[in-house]
Amino acid sequence: MTLEKLERMAQRERQRQEKFERRIFCCISTACLSAGAGQTINALQEAVDACHCKENDVEVVQTGCMGLCSRGPLVRVEDKSAETLIYADVDVDLSQQIISKHVPMRKLTDESIPEEMQELRENLKKARRRKRLEKHILGMDSPFFAKQEKIVLRNVGHLDPEKIEDYLAHGGYSALRHVLQNMTAEEVCDEILRSGLRGRGGGGYPTGLKWKSMHQEESETKFVVVNGDEGDPGAYMDRTMMEDNPHQVLEGMIIAAYAVGASYGYFYIRGEYPIAVDRIRRAIRTAHRNGILGKNVLGTDFNFDAAVRIGAGAFVCGEETALIHSVEGKRGMPRMRPPYPSTSGLWGKPTIVNNVETMANVPPIINRGADWYANIGTEQSKGTKVFALAGQLTNTGLIEVPMGISLREIVYDIGDDVPGDAEFKAAQTGGPSGGCIPHEHLDTPVDYENLSKLGSIMGSGGLVIIDSTTSMPEFARFFMDFCVDESCGKCVPCRVGTIQIRILLDKIIAGSGEPEDLNKLEDLCHIVKDTSLCGLGQSAPNPVLSTLKFFLDEYIALIPAQEPA
Amino acid sequence: MKTSSGSPTNKKQVKSEGHPSGDDRFKALDRTMKRFNFEKDSLLEVLHDTQEIFGFLSDDLLIYISTHLRVPLSQVYGVATFYHFFTFEPLGKHNCIICRGTACHVKGSDVITQALSEEFAVPIGKTTEDGLFSLTTARCIGSCGLAPVAVLNGAVHGKQTPQSMITLVKDVLEQETEVLEQGEAG
Ligand SMILES: Cc1cc2nc3c(=O)[nH]c(=O)nc-3n(C[C@H](O)[C@H](O)[C@H](O)COP(=O)(O)O)c2cc1C
Ligand code: FES
Repeated sequence: MTLEKLERMAQRERQRQEKFERRIFCCISTACLSAGAGQTINALQEAVDACHCKENDVEVVQTGCMGLCSRGPLVRVEDKSAETLIYADVDVDLSQQIISKHVPMRKLTDESIPEEMQELRENLKKARRRKRLEKHILGMDSPFFAKQEKIVLRNVGHLDPEKIEDYLAHGGYSALRHVLQNMTAEEVCDEILRSGLRGRGGGGYPTGLKWKSMHQEESETKFVVVNGDEGDPGAYMDRTMMEDNPHQVLEGMIIAAYAVGASYGYFYIRGEYPIAVDRIRRAIRTAHRNGILGKNVLGTDFNFDAAVRIGAGAFVCGEETALIHSVEGKRGMPRMRPPYPSTSGLWGKPTIVNNVETMANVPPIINRGADWYANIGTEQSKGTKVFALAGQLTNTGLIEVPMGISLREIVYDIGDDVPGDAEFKAAQTGGPSGGCIPHEHLDTPVDYENLSKLGSIMGSGGLVIIDSTTSMPEFARFFMDFCVDESCGKCVPCRVGTIQIRILLDKIIAGSGEPEDLNKLEDLCHIVKDTSLCGLGQSAPNPVLSTLKFFLDEYIALIPAQEPA
Repeated sequence: MKTSSGSPTNKKQVKSEGHPSGDDRFKALDRTMKRFNFEKDSLLEVLHDTQEIFGFLSDDLLIYISTHLRVPLSQVYGVATFYHFFTFEPLGKHNCIICRGTACHVKGSDVITQALSEEFAVPIGKTTEDGLFSLTTARCIGSCGLAPVAVLNGAVHGKQTPQSMITLVKDVLEQETEVLEQGEAG
């Protein structure tokens, strides 16, 4: 019954969309909104209204991130009888030009239109003669788009995130249906294992293995938690996924629950992301209404329900054991592992924690098969990775690239180089837990192993480019400041060690360092790394160690020359 | 909560009769706690809602929550102070948040913060004495592609400079004084 209903909803929405001669998509993600997308979408709609088109001629759709956030607001025009175009920096004036170019205006007798609309129609006619538009077209074959491969973000920017019909029309929930109808829980675990999917939250642990071990746990009650804490400052992949295609994350979560045998789940979302909270809550409600969540999911005997928990601004709560404490309403402090959450998690019950992007990878893997997925990427890192490309680059925004692409391609082709006279200095990955990769290593393929060999980490997907104007010791201190603030204080090496590292950095940057301070700094970093309780402390020294490794000369230059004795 | 979770529930539910002050906002707070069945582990959610309703967490509020959820006050205080999101002082009428995430940092957000702090004579993280303007910072607003980013009264502004931010804040504060003057005149 439910299945037929969903199929009908999908069908109806597909037919509705196909009727339109052209559809105009306007991004209303946070970045585009702050660049004025609110006015843009209104202007587009008003202009369309003024054209008095025939029914089914044109539809204006609000949608999610199209990637090139630095050039927002972005508008995409899909026309049945013309090539698809993306326009950048679309203000009100450009919106009118776009409509006047793409949408035919219907002739009307003058009396029938109200005066304001008359004026707008005149404006639109004039707009046609203006020539600014060409400059705003983004070529779809430009490296920014051509070098990307979209699996996770495939439908982001193509559908209205608030409409479940739109997700269904794009094949949504077909993976869940397939899983529930044709696969046992073990088969799902095996399929994910075979795909080679690894956790996108930073650690890179094989997702299939995690699910399998949890599947084998004997317990009446098990939980699934989606980690949407996204603590790395300078990254917004998970936010975009939750805001712009919430149902895909939810679908992945339900499949995970089926595979591990969980009946309840939580989304743990950063408090700073109110829109993501709202969209996920809405997605849960509509899924409920349509029999996708709750008792007898899709008419089968599988039961699963989910709720949202809101984080409250603590980086350490991204760590899975701390996150579990936080969901329980406690201070978000980590604890020793083992036992791993898959043995003892929420309220002592087996719990899996997976990152938002990990979950979003699951439906495409089920739909297209593990073999297809395992063909993308490198030997040990399969699939794609979403990065938030930021910092000193011409093109900044959200990108999805196949694992194994070189940093050089990301920086120079997709990012289109550092603007102005400055020069590329380093790429920072992994945020406060990661490191800086200098120019000479730009040809390194981006995957879990290669990045850790360089002393950095894949991280959750923050990729910040720094140019020659940034001082590396100061940059390292910036991250150390962050870790000092965010250390939860439970273990001594992290609580005290990070402060001591910062004091040493302060001393060196102030120009009063002594030659042996650099050795002291390095020793201290290793102590904190080796003896801290959780991942925060264990990785906090990475930014310092990696800058010491690749930019030692900048530190040495800060140490005053010693007078010969 | 309809979960089959092993979460501890308070057996004897506290019947809430609002706050002796008669402040209506406590009714909204009571509704939140009721929605969570007065479960101890809803503490974080309750704190979130409380801050949304009252704007900040006063001692009085923490005591109120502690009594109703039957969680020791020390624990309520411990949880509330652990998380950066909660504030214990009222914010100004207008609030400016400067992002100091990595992307914004490398694009010079600290210069903006410093400039605002000097221009409006308000220490970072504090509110002006007249209670009109607070200057705070955040760890990434999630619009890193537009760095440096600031949020003024809830609206996100990308690609800012110290000067552009000062102008934005000035505009907001000037409107405020105009309203005040009109009020006095009228
Ligand atoms: C200090 C610290 C912060 C973390 N922050 C996050 C985060 O923001 N998001 C996330 O998904 N994982 C984060 N993790 C990793 C989680 O502990 C956990 O490994 C991950 O959520 C597991 O999901 P995955 O296997 O799908 O990657 C963090 C770990 C540490 C040590
Ligand atoms: S670093 Fe400022 S918005 Fe992300």
